[in-house]
Amino acid sequence: MERAMTLTRGIGFGELVAQRAKTGQLAVATENKIEMQKFGFHYGSFKAVHDVTMVMPSNRVTAIIGPSGCGKSTLLRSINRMHDATTGARAEGQLRLDGSNVYDADVDSVLLRRRVGMVFQRPNPFQLSIFENVAYGLRVLGIRNRKTLAERVEQSLRRAALWDEVKDRLHSSYGTALSGGQQQRLCIARTIATNPEVILMDEPCSALDPIASLKIEDLIYDLREQFTIVIVTHNMQQAARVSDITAFMLMNREKHYGELVESGPTDKLFTAPTDKRTEDYISGQFG
Amino acid sequence: MAQQLTPPQWSTGKSPMRHGDVPFRAGTVALASAVVLLVFAVAGMLYVSSQEARTAFGWDLLFGTVWNPIETELSPMSFGGWPAVRGTLLSALIALIIAAPLAIGIGIFLAELCPLSLRTPLSFLVELLAAVPSVIYGVWGVFVFIPFFNSAFANPISTTIGSYIPWFAGPISTGRGLLVTGVILALMILPTIASLTRDVLGLVPNTQREAMLAIGATRWETIWLAVIPYSRAGIIGAIMLGLGRALGETMAATMLVGNSQRISESLFAPATTAASLVANELTNSVSSLHESALISVAFALFGITLFLNFGARLLIWYVERSTRGGRS
Repeated sequence: MERAMTLTRGIGFGELVAQRAKTGQLAVATENKIEMQKFGFHYGSFKAVHDVTMVMPSNRVTAIIGPSGCGKSTLLRSINRMHDATTGARAEGQLRLDGSNVYDADVDSVLLRRRVGMVFQRPNPFQLSIFENVAYGLRVLGIRNRKTLAERVEQSLRRAALWDEVKDRLHSSYGTALSGGQQQRLCIARTIATNPEVILMDEPCSALDPIASLKIEDLIYDLREQFTIVIVTHNMQQAARVSDITAFMLMNREKHYGELVESGPTDKLFTAPTDKRTEDYISGQFG
Repeated sequence: MAQQLTPPQWSTGKSPMRHGDVPFRAGTVALASAVVLLVFAVAGMLYVSSQEARTAFGWDLLFGTVWNPIETELSPMSFGGWPAVRGTLLSALIALIIAAPLAIGIGIFLAELCPLSLRTPLSFLVELLAAVPSVIYGVWGVFVFIPFFNSAFANPISTTIGSYIPWFAGPISTGRGLLVTGVILALMILPTIASLTRDVLGLVPNTQREAMLAIGATRWETIWLAVIPYSRAGIIGAIMLGLGRALGETMAATMLVGNSQRISESLFAPATTAASLVANELTNSVSSLHESALISVAFALFGITLFLNFGARLLIWYVERSTRGGRS
């Protein structure tokens, strides 16, 4: 994909979005993959996220931005129920994936996570060979055939733009021995190997240098052809570069819970925000 | 014009260590070397004191099968330590076979599956088990466990399977023997292995669990495929510490093993261990040769422990090396 890779220091959001728009929108028709309706999340008596209502379209990148502690990671992790093992964690309202509520009593979180994969803030490869890191998810799915495994691993590593860098040492090198950016792409390969429908990314570039970050961003941009992507980021430029939809969250000063300020098409949110708080945040007046 | 600044004087011309550092460093170095010296002092003392018996009997001290400290017309004096060495190794092995899987299971439960409200009290109980003095295990073994073991296991097993497998052959006299000792040793090393396993699993970064959960793994797959492989080296270390304790345990073994120098294939028959042999006979040794022979057995025990610890180190090193590449 031809896309200008520009370090955006000094470029305004408007230009950034305009630049991105030139590369064209995807032809794939979109529908609402994820819908949240009055969705809230509690840890015990502490309410982390309050009353979020928004939609995340399929085959698009949705970015959740906002200052630290605004509940954006909590919101992201509630999409694939990563909080299930946390005692006292509780959701309210509706969070629908393809129209059915993820928090219904009969939903198996293991099966849910096979549809909704996740990439974490710090690259977390297993202490296994590069090959096994990607194959692990497939093995968990019950795929044992060596040829199938090898094909899927190669395919996934190619899609994660890592294949050329590691093809000669798939079995001899440990996933943990790669550089930070490579580790993160390995984790992305591991996630896409199991062919989920949605990929959640929790600040995937925060532990990486700018060049490695740009590679990941490029990858995210390409991956939306096949996946629905939800990314949490601190970095507003990043959100402007990679996302189609942006949601801005903020901690409510009086109630001490995170809430959604506004969400909408990225170009609109960054150029013509409807809420004063969004405007203040993207113009750097607080946060 | 700005005033010329004199460059800061970094060097004082003195040692780079501040004065508080010198005694602190000297103190810690002294303490650290004391540990090394102690090991050598113990080994040296055992070596020197066992000299007399070693020159008289040589390797028979380790592999000879007859232990007879008092010369009679029928049996000559002989110091063969094999019954003790064999008893030590077998009872520790039995203990390990029983305790390791149980303890690792307990450790996994405590670290991974236990509800938070139960974790602290349960961990406390497990650690309490480690703090019980061994003589109490011995007493419990003699008065509670052996009678139960005899009626529930030893007698029925020796009369059935025992006729085919010599390990479980009868007759059962007192019930004291290697199997009983091994079971009680297992109880004693269980908390050591369990609590260390729990600690080691606690060190596994959450990111590893999350990575596994996020690719659609179940709780079991997460533990089995991500958490345990990550902490393999630590778990082996925990088992080895348990083994060390089982090898050297004296009091409970003395009370339960039967203290017989005869080698019997049956695990139900009275036997002895190196530690209990030394503990029983050293205070009333009949000759200097007897004493020296006992010290040789102690020396052998020291050697076995050292050897196994060294082996454990190698194993841990190997496992860690095979998962090199840093821990993320």
